[in-house]
Amino acid sequence: MILPWLILIPFIGGLLCWQTERFSNTLPRWIALVTMLLLFGFGLLLWITGDFTQAPAPGGDPVWAHEFQVQWIPRLGITLHLAMDGLSVLMVALTGLLGVLSVLCSWNEIQNRVGFFHLNLMWILGGVVGVFLAVDLFLFFFFWEMMLVPMYFLIALWGHSGSEGKTRINAATKFFIYTQASGLIMLIAIVSLVFVHFDQTGVLTFNYADLLKTQMSRSTEYLLMLGFFIAFAVKFPVVPFHSWLPDAHAQAPTAGSVDLAGILLKTAAYGLIRFALPLFPHASAEFAPIAMWLGAFAIIYGALLSFAQTDIKRLIAYSSVSHMGFVLIAIYSGSEIAMQGAVVQMMAHGLSAAALFILCGQLYERLGTRDMREMGGIWGRMPWLPAISLFFAAAALGMPGTGNFVGEFLILIGSFPVAPWLTAIAATGLVFGSVYSLIMIHRAYFGPAKSDAPLAGLKARELSMVLGLAALLVLLGVYPQPVLDTSAASTHGVQMWMSNALNQLELAR
Amino acid sequence: MDLTIQHFHALLPLLITSITLIAVMLGIAWKRDHALAFGISVIGLNLALFSVFIAASATPIEVTPLLKIDKFACFYMALVLASTLACVTLIHAYLGNEPGKGYPGNREELYLLMLLSAAGGLVLVSAQHLAGLFIGLELLSVPSYGMIAYAFFNKRSLEAGIKYMVLSAAGSAFLLFGMALLYAEAGSLSFNGIAALLTNSTAPALIVEVGFGMMLVGLAFKLSLVPFHLWTPDVYEGAPAPVAAFLATASKVAVFAVLLRLYQMSPAASGGWMSDLLSLIAIASILVGNLLALLQNNIKRLLGYSSIAHFGYLLIALIASKGLATEAISVYLMTYVLTTLGAFGVITLMSTPFTGRDADALYEYRGLFWRRPYLTAVLTVMMLSLAGIPLTAGFIGKFYIIGVGVQSQQWWLLAALVVGSAIGVFYYLRVMVTLFLVEPNLRRHDAPFDWGQRAGGMMLMIVALLAFILGVYPQPLLSLVANMGLG
Repeated sequence: MILPWLILIPFIGGLLCWQTERFSNTLPRWIALVTMLLLFGFGLLLWITGDFTQAPAPGGDPVWAHEFQVQWIPRLGITLHLAMDGLSVLMVALTGLLGVLSVLCSWNEIQNRVGFFHLNLMWILGGVVGVFLAVDLFLFFFFWEMMLVPMYFLIALWGHSGSEGKTRINAATKFFIYTQASGLIMLIAIVSLVFVHFDQTGVLTFNYADLLKTQMSRSTEYLLMLGFFIAFAVKFPVVPFHSWLPDAHAQAPTAGSVDLAGILLKTAAYGLIRFALPLFPHASAEFAPIAMWLGAFAIIYGALLSFAQTDIKRLIAYSSVSHMGFVLIAIYSGSEIAMQGAVVQMMAHGLSAAALFILCGQLYERLGTRDMREMGGIWGRMPWLPAISLFFAAAALGMPGTGNFVGEFLILIGSFPVAPWLTAIAATGLVFGSVYSLIMIHRAYFGPAKSDAPLAGLKARELSMVLGLAALLVLLGVYPQPVLDTSAASTHGVQMWMSNALNQLELAR
Repeated sequence: MDLTIQHFHALLPLLITSITLIAVMLGIAWKRDHALAFGISVIGLNLALFSVFIAASATPIEVTPLLKIDKFACFYMALVLASTLACVTLIHAYLGNEPGKGYPGNREELYLLMLLSAAGGLVLVSAQHLAGLFIGLELLSVPSYGMIAYAFFNKRSLEAGIKYMVLSAAGSAFLLFGMALLYAEAGSLSFNGIAALLTNSTAPALIVEVGFGMMLVGLAFKLSLVPFHLWTPDVYEGAPAPVAAFLATASKVAVFAVLLRLYQMSPAASGGWMSDLLSLIAIASILVGNLLALLQNNIKRLLGYSSIAHFGYLLIALIASKGLATEAISVYLMTYVLTTLGAFGVITLMSTPFTGRDADALYEYRGLFWRRPYLTAVLTVMMLSLAGIPLTAGFIGKFYIIGVGVQSQQWWLLAALVVGSAIGVFYYLRVMVTLFLVEPNLRRHDAPFDWGQRAGGMMLMIVALLAFILGVYPQPLLSLVANMGLG
């Protein structure tokens, strides 16, 4: 029974935030904070108490740690079916954590329409949790689309008007249209899959477990897989579909960027692991080389563009494209180690990108600009913030001792036997990564100062947020075992699907 | 043939509507009173709506050769009556209550015209004979001319009325010509007779196909499908807002219902060039409607273009005409009616009481959220529903259309739907975000503060709530609609 509450808590909390705005401007913030702490607490509780040694795997019905199912639209075979395994509990916990942080980081930044802001923030997170828990394809799509609307409002109403000619409303609309159009393609693929299943069995159902057993011809499977892949590729973002991301990030308020980079991008990776691979293993195996090359290309391309940016948030946005490229390679490599690495990388990138965006937000509150040409010499003008930025920049370039290193290392080691050349090229991304990370630090914090006026130091709230994230990132870097253990069963199951299909593909050749 | 009590049961909705409209007419003759005319209309329409249940228990039954009341007809009767009822409550708010304020001319005749039009809609959805079809269609359209031009001292309203009259008459001419051609071949005007002709002959004669084609043109005028859509934005802009709501909902629903009946027996249903032609019309409607809506700064024109696109989506299900198609059309029309009523309802309340010009410019809605939060919430839900975003009824409708498209493998139409929706999102979001922007200093129109306590406002709240509930829990509607097939 706890699973529906994980989704309901943010929704109810959001409504409360909205309605309590009339009493005071601070009350919604506290309600939002409590809501997110509850979500995070429940996530942790489920993680600690749950038994995640079993997860969906080929053959037999999927086994879940927690499951919840009630009838919803029997006419179409749709049920409210939520389930949790190791992978989803990690993602839910990450969502809760970043939810807490995004409430905290907007404490000063957002001053108007506080209640409505938190309504949107809470509803995004509720939708994301829904995506991580849904195992009915209709329900999954429902949440997938639903989280767009509040995100749109967040960017359009509280965003910053960025560089000339790019308003926040345009950025928000671009984000919405990209995701909506690709989502409809996925919906068509979902419905097609359901009807293929219906033609075989005469049962109309959107249930994940039933649809896993669908037999498809090769071309059908490939087309449907592409339908799913396009939707996930836009959200991921994979390079030809990425152009909404830098705009959305640059214009979004800090909390929006934190959610966008920290968890919204992860929904795409989660979707690939949970749905695209198990539902269409053969097509995915066939498609794997293309997807991996796309990933490698994203790594290099993201890194190069990141290097060329002058807007610090756009720089981090492009670095996300680069880092998510590693995840894409790992998912399609069919190696269990790499897939484990992908999970760690998702967590680590969630933490480090969130931290970097929070730091950008704090810098913006003090300087009123995100343009690195206007910065310079900040190291001497304020304590703490530059040093912490340096730490997270180092984490982003994959410094040993941080979670990012563990993730990238596992991904590279796992995919090397599968595709050595590609892995070698992907590994050069690490070099580029150091270039853009260090150039960011150099341009923003060193060099000649534009002004000598000292800047306000970090408050306790601001400091504790980023230090907490740093501690977690180091913890993930030196002791990733709990995360690996939790996700082991899930990744193993998906890897079995993938390697079975890869073996068949080998035999066929 | 003998008329039994059964037949009267089946005819009850139509009878009650007719009695109501006579009562309104006599009322006006006896004593002009706005509240009285409104009261009689509302009571009559409610009774008619309830009597649909009685009629449903007598189905299927043929009442005279002209009408056939089946479950399908009952569903659409209910839809037409409910949307008329909603429009009537909107009219009451729109015309204004106090003397001296609001609409300056005679107020009561608008109810009369709308009831007359609704009666036409009821005939149309149960027609099983070309004569019945024509009577229904004209009864539906002719009062509309008067309604559109009701604010006749306003140049735009008058222009819209005349434009609609001319084009509607042209559409009717096409329809009649088509009927004549069909009659020449079949020797019968009843749907069954024509269908029998078509099943007996292996390949339909050219004259039959041309006949159907011309009837299609006539109906496409009413449904404002591309390329017969040119009147729509002008008429929507010129007509008083509640009348535009009626045109967009009750009138179009009734015409689409009869189109569905007609299509099921026409040669196009079995493929061939007519089916291709319809696909072309559907794709053109989706693309043209959505693209032109992008350019609008007038929200009524925008809704006009968006309705063109929505009927393009509906054509997808019509063309599929297999499996879930009938169900999908019913669900989609239901959600479309809800959403359109909501959107036009907000415009109506914003223009309330009548001041000579409706609040239809997009800039007048800037920052509405900070002045009328709940009214804005209603319009936001409606825009999301029109865009087909989850949690709203529109999503369920779009989902059904996609389901039917996939089932019948209409990939081109689905591609048009995806492209159309992507374009559509752009302008729906534009309207939506306008509501939340910073307020301008200049204010011309605003809904009265107590809008929520009035009939129109309450209706709007119910519509918004329904649009939300159907989006979250559509099962009741779906199981209802599943039993409402053509019988």
